[in-house]
Amino acid sequence: MSYELLGMTVLWIFLFGYLIVASIDFGAGFFSYYSVLSGKRHIIHGVIERYLSPVWEVTNVFLIFFIIGLVGFFPDTAYYYGTALLVPGSLALILLAIRGSYYAFSTYGSRDSRIYMFLYGTSGLLIPAALSTVLAISEGGYILEENGQIQFSFLKLFTNLYPYSVIVLALVSVLYISAMFLTYYAAKAQDAPALEIVRKYALSWALPTILASLFVFYAIQRHNEEHFMNMLNHAWMFVLSFVFFLIAVILVWMRRNYGIAFLAVMFQYGFAWFGYGRAHLPYLLYPYLTIYDNFTNPAMAQALIIAFIAGLCILIPSLYLLLKLFLFNAHYVRGGKKPKKA
Amino acid sequence: MTAYDPVIFSRMLTGLTLFVHIVYATIGVGVPLMIALAEWIGIKRNDPYYLLMARRWARGFTVTVAVGVVTGTAIGLQLNLLWPNFMRVAGQTIALPLFMETFAFFIEAIFLGIYLYTWDRFKNRYLHFWLLIPVAIGSSASAFFITSVNAFMNSPQGFDLVNGQMENIDPLVAMFNPAMPTKVGHVLVTAYVTAAFCLGAIAALAMLRGRRHIYFKKALRLTMVSALVFSFATVLIGDLSGKFLHAYQPEKLAATEWHFETTDRASLIVGGVLTDQNDVKFAIKIPFALSILAGGTPGTVVSGLNEVPEELHPPLRTTHYLFDLMVFLGMYLLLVALWYFIADIRNRKRGVPIHRVLLLGVVLGAPFSVLAIESGWIFSEVGRQPWILWGIMKTAEGATTSRHVDTMLWVFAILYLVLTVTSAKILIKMFKQNPVEDEISSLGLEGGSK
Repeated sequence: MSYELLGMTVLWIFLFGYLIVASIDFGAGFFSYYSVLSGKRHIIHGVIERYLSPVWEVTNVFLIFFIIGLVGFFPDTAYYYGTALLVPGSLALILLAIRGSYYAFSTYGSRDSRIYMFLYGTSGLLIPAALSTVLAISEGGYILEENGQIQFSFLKLFTNLYPYSVIVLALVSVLYISAMFLTYYAAKAQDAPALEIVRKYALSWALPTILASLFVFYAIQRHNEEHFMNMLNHAWMFVLSFVFFLIAVILVWMRRNYGIAFLAVMFQYGFAWFGYGRAHLPYLLYPYLTIYDNFTNPAMAQALIIAFIAGLCILIPSLYLLLKLFLFNAHYVRGGKKPKKA
Repeated sequence: MTAYDPVIFSRMLTGLTLFVHIVYATIGVGVPLMIALAEWIGIKRNDPYYLLMARRWARGFTVTVAVGVVTGTAIGLQLNLLWPNFMRVAGQTIALPLFMETFAFFIEAIFLGIYLYTWDRFKNRYLHFWLLIPVAIGSSASAFFITSVNAFMNSPQGFDLVNGQMENIDPLVAMFNPAMPTKVGHVLVTAYVTAAFCLGAIAALAMLRGRRHIYFKKALRLTMVSALVFSFATVLIGDLSGKFLHAYQPEKLAATEWHFETTDRASLIVGGVLTDQNDVKFAIKIPFALSILAGGTPGTVVSGLNEVPEELHPPLRTTHYLFDLMVFLGMYLLLVALWYFIADIRNRKRGVPIHRVLLLGVVLGAPFSVLAIESGWIFSEVGRQPWILWGIMKTAEGATTSRHVDTMLWVFAILYLVLTVTSAKILIKMFKQNPVEDEISSLGLEGGSK
C-alpha cells in the first residue's frame, strides 16, 4: 500500500469514527431538547446524560484530527478547500462553537435553561448539514480554478440537487444512528420506559434512512457519472450495507439483541462509508486534486505514520478505559451510583 | 479603511481568535496542575478542604475547557481557511507537531471526562488522583506541540527551499528549532503563574469580603507559593529568550528596545516616546542591561535596526510598549507572590490576618496576569512582522484571497463576545449559588473559622 493510500485510509477511518460518535452526540442532544418540548424529559434525560457527559469533549477531537491530518498528508487541500470554504467553513465553526459551549453551559451551569438546551439541541442538527456539504463539494462542480484564483460558487451549490440529497441523508442518519445507540444504552440500563421511547425513534427513522440513501444514489448519478459508475463497481459493499441495515432493524423490531443491532448499524454505515470513499478515489477534489498531487514528502509521511501508531498505542487503551467505565459498567449505566458532578 | 484587503482582515480575525483562545487555553494548561496539587496534598495530609478545593476548581474548569475547545477548533480550522497559501507551503513541515497536538488533546479530553465523573467511585483515592496526571500532561503537551509550531514560524529550519517549495524536510529538526525551548518554557510557566493567580484571586476576594474560613487561607497559600516558584522560573526563561532573540531575530530585539545603532554596552530602554526621526525621548535607560540581556556581558555587541531595510522593520511602538507592559506586569506578579510568601512566614505563628492591601494585590493579579499573557503574545506576533515565516515568507503572501473575510470578522467577534459573557455569567452563578461554606457543612466537615 502506498503512503498516499495508507494516509487517506487512516483519515477516512477517523472521519468514520467522527461520523458515529458525532451522530450519537448530535442526535442525543436533539432528542434531549425534543423530550423537553414533548414533556418526556424526565423519562429519557437520565439515560442520555449518563452517556453523553463523559464523552462530549472527545467527539470534537475526531474532526480536528481528520482536518489536521488531511492538510498534513495533502497540503494542497488547504489551498483548494481553504480558499473556497471560508464562508461555509466559518459557519460550521460557529455552529460547533455554539453547540460545544452551550452543551457545557447547560450541563454544568444552568441546568434548566431552555434557551441553552435549544441552542445546543438545534445547532447539533445544523452541523451535520453544514459539514456534509463539504462531501458534496468534493464531487466537483462548485470550486473553480481560474487564472490561479480559486472561486467558489454558492449559487451552484444552492441550486443543485446533489447537495440537498447529501444533507437529507446526513440529518436522517444522525437521528437514526443516535436513536439506535440510545436504544441499546437504555436496554443496557434496564430502563424500560426510556427504551420504549427511543426504540420508537429508532424504528421511525429507519425507513427515511433508506429512502435518503436511494435519493443520494439518484442524485450522484446525475451529478458525477464517473463516481457513480465506480460505486456500481463496488456494489457489493452497498448491498452488504443494506443487509446489515435489515439485521439492525429486525432485531430492534423483535426487541432483542440490541447490542448486536447497534453493531449492525455500525457495519451498515461502515460499508456504505468505505464503499463511497473507495469509489471517490483517487480524487480529493474532483477533478483538480487527487491523493497523488503534491503529497507530503516521504520523511514527513513516515513521521506522521509513526506518530499515528504511537498515538494509537495510547489512544486505544484510553478509549477502552472510557468505554469500560461508562458504557460497559452495568452499575454506572443503570445509574446505581449517581454520576456525581465534579 | 477604504479598500478591502483580505490580508489585513485575515490578520485581524486570526488575532481576535487567538486573543480569546489564549485566555481559555492558558487556564486550560495551568489549572489542571493546580487541581492536581490540591488533590495530592488533600490525599497526602488527609485534609478534606484540599480535596474540596480540587473538586470546586474542577467544576469551574469544565466551563472554561468548553470555550477553550471550541475556540481552539476555530483557530485550527482558520489556519487553513485564512492562510491557505501559507499552509500549502509550510503545511508539510509543521504537520507533525500539529498532528501530535491533537493526540495530546485527545488524551486530555478522555481523561478529563473520566476524572470528572469518578469522584467517589474508587476506594483507593490515589486511583482517582492518577487520572489527573494524563490530563495535566495532555494539556501541557498540547501547549508544547502548538508552541513548537509557532517557534518554527519564528526560526524556520529543517528543509531546503527549492522554487518556493519546501523540500528535503526533516520533521524533527523543524520541530526542535532554536526558538522552541525558550518559547515552550515561557508559555508553560506563565500559564502556571496565571492559573495560580486566577485561583488565588478567588480566595483573596472572599477574604476581602470578610469571609474567614480556613479553606480560603489554604487556597491562598497553595496558589501563591506555586505562583512564586513559577514567577521565578519566568524571569529565568525570559532572560534566555532575550539571548535567543539576539542570536536569531536581532530585528525583533532591536525593535523592542528602539536600538538603532549597532553597539556594545547597549542600554535597555523603559517607557519613553519615539519621535518621527526615531529619537527616543523621556525614557528610562538602564546602562549595559540590553547587552547583558542579549549576551550575558556588557561587552556584547547588539545589532541595531539600521542594519535592516526599513520595510522589514516590525512596528516599533507596538512592540516596545507591549514588551514593557509584559515585563512590568510580570514583575508585579513576582513581587506580590514574594510579599505573600514573606508575610506568610512572619505572620503564620503570630496569627496576624493577611494585610488587606496584599489581598487586593492578589485580586488584581488575576486580570494582570491575563493581560501579561495577552501583551506578551501580541508583542511576540507583531514583533515578527512583516514575516509569517521568519526570513522566508511574508505575511501578505500567505493569506487567503477570499472576498468575505471582513464579514467573517464581525460574525466571529459577536460569537466570541457572546461566549465570553455567557461563560463568565455561568461561572459566577455556579459559585455564588453554592458557596464553599455551605458545601463544607453539607459534607458534614467540621470547620473552625480561624
